[in-house]
Amino acid sequence: MDIFDASLQVLNSTIRLSVPLLLACLAGLYSERSGIFDIGLEGKMLAGAFAGAAAAAVFHSALIGIGMAILISVGFALVHGFASITHRGNQIVSGVAINFIAAGSTIILGQAWFQQGGRTPALGAGERFSSITLPGADAVRDVPVLGSLYSGLLSGHSVLVYLAFAMVPVTWWVLYRTRFGLRLRAVGENPAAVDTAGISVTWLRYRALICTGVLTGIAGAYLSMAQNGGFVKDMTAGKGYIALAALIFAKWKPVNAMFACLLFGFLDALSIRLQGTPLPLVGKVSVQFMQALPYVLTVVLLAGFIGKAIPPKAGGVPYVKER
Amino acid sequence: MSTPYAKLPAWADYGLIPLLNLVVAFFVAGLVVLLVGESPFRAAAILIEGAFGRGQGIAYTLYYATTFIFTGLSVAVAVHCGLFNIGTEGQAYMGGLGVALTCLAFDSVLPWWLTFPLAILASAGVGALWALIPAYLQARRGSHIVITTIMFNFIAASIMVYLLVGPLKPLASQAPQTRLFLEGGQLPKLNWLIELFGGRVRSAPFNVSFLLALAMAFFMWVLVWRTRFGYEMRTYGFSPKAARYAGISETRIIILTMMISGAFAGMMALNPTMGDQHNVAIDFVGGAGFVGIAVALMGRSHPVGIVLAAILFGMLYQGGAELAFEMPAISRDMIVIIQGLVILFAGALEHMLRPQVQALFAVFSPRSVGIAAAAKDG
Repeated sequence: MDIFDASLQVLNSTIRLSVPLLLACLAGLYSERSGIFDIGLEGKMLAGAFAGAAAAAVFHSALIGIGMAILISVGFALVHGFASITHRGNQIVSGVAINFIAAGSTIILGQAWFQQGGRTPALGAGERFSSITLPGADAVRDVPVLGSLYSGLLSGHSVLVYLAFAMVPVTWWVLYRTRFGLRLRAVGENPAAVDTAGISVTWLRYRALICTGVLTGIAGAYLSMAQNGGFVKDMTAGKGYIALAALIFAKWKPVNAMFACLLFGFLDALSIRLQGTPLPLVGKVSVQFMQALPYVLTVVLLAGFIGKAIPPKAGGVPYVKER
Repeated sequence: MSTPYAKLPAWADYGLIPLLNLVVAFFVAGLVVLLVGESPFRAAAILIEGAFGRGQGIAYTLYYATTFIFTGLSVAVAVHCGLFNIGTEGQAYMGGLGVALTCLAFDSVLPWWLTFPLAILASAGVGALWALIPAYLQARRGSHIVITTIMFNFIAASIMVYLLVGPLKPLASQAPQTRLFLEGGQLPKLNWLIELFGGRVRSAPFNVSFLLALAMAFFMWVLVWRTRFGYEMRTYGFSPKAARYAGISETRIIILTMMISGAFAGMMALNPTMGDQHNVAIDFVGGAGFVGIAVALMGRSHPVGIVLAAILFGMLYQGGAELAFEMPAISRDMIVIIQGLVILFAGALEHMLRPQVQALFAVFSPRSVGIAAAAKDG
């Protein structure tokens, strides 16, 4: 029973840790599928986290908070679009710039507005997304295995967790069952063909980036308003890059993305859990090794040693109409 | 029909446009300062005064500039080959391993002028090796260099943390860093150079690796514009297809360029470790690799431009420290914003102002933008 409880705990934190990755990963999926590389997931998430926590603290409302998070994050996404779609700039460079601007401005503005060393004030009960108990969770708590799985693993998360997982089928549906999704995928593979069909490549890509902004905003809000009760400087701590890795790992597909994020979240949860405890057979595993594992796995995958990751064909190339 | 980018005289292309972009970047940064509730003009005055006002400030500015010359060169060399090396940060971090091993082994037996060349070789070597794997993967397995180098930054950070909290740390100490290097692992200061010109320097970490940085900038110029390899590299950067058609080996070009880029990055480690702190500590790179991106973009990937841009960023770092002291609302993170804005406006949005500038040129001197010739043809 002890092992069962322990693994339940690890799985529970796997879910919590993979949610920001999942949201950011799906966000990246929209933009990269439309042919816009987005290294700026990290920055947009950070800006969203700050805007969400700051607005929630000032207006005492979680909803205003998340709205602000989405707004700011979409704003950053539009800057990325302005640079890389309208002005045909280098998408990687633009993404890097966004990461820096977000990293710097969240600290400067946070310090100037709240004077708490870059933090935002701690959020109270109504200002953050607290965990919700699924119906019947308390009643079945004592049922062995299934009951504790339901009440201990599925229930008791914030609404954003359920939203994140719901976004997986939604994204799948949008991408593979709607006109917008078909065009989105087409513009990422062959924008000239889409243009020939009389559809605006520019507007399509801007819409994809708005989807990206919305999702990174929610991801940021989850970090600062659900997982934690406030913004701490640099709180994304590379999660945007792991999400990018997960996106490649998932070969730019939504359902795969969920599994990739759960895997990376699991590695993270495991490394926290295993800190300092020796394992049978291998002995003590260093924390750094566990932390580096997602990156190593992604590099190995990218190198084509375990299946081939083929990015959208038009990714990273600004679209130029025939001249 | 969309218009192609306007043709402009070279001085406008390499001087005016970057300058305008820089002005826009600083204008937006000024707005942020306003938002914080301080005066942008006073902030700029404090910044410049802090960086160049006294000998001490100049020495610090040049110390920071040394670091950024190395990372800027690293990014720029790769740019000439059409590669975007975002892994300069990680390569520099790993370069620190080369410095640490050399200094820990030789600092008690060799004088600095023997340890220094060894440390140069070791740091450049480790940096180059760290760039080799992403380069190989790009050249032979087709994995995107941007993604692999980002991943390698994180892997490098993990490895260095592992080494600095474990094997490289002295047993008695708690801090995640190597022991202090002895005399043989410390670089002599160059502060006398500033005192020669009448500045007064109390103590600043400005050291001989600055000269190495300048030498490397010259080396880069020779390499890129005066050698056959540089020609092949630029050809590949302009058009991989043309390079392939000309019989240039893609693999060789990518791998060698990235290794040179990694070597420049690795050498950056010399400045803060042997030149200043006399140990290798956790996170000693501190984002300098990413500053290199801004420096390379602003310097238009030319060594002269890079040195100037590096001095500008050195000024921002040193002046920014003074600024944080004078205006508590503005911490050094302001530099991160400026850096981001410079990357945005000088990099991603470099063509934003071009149509307007061209229109202006067309009014005053149609010949310079090729309009007269076109009119004759038409």
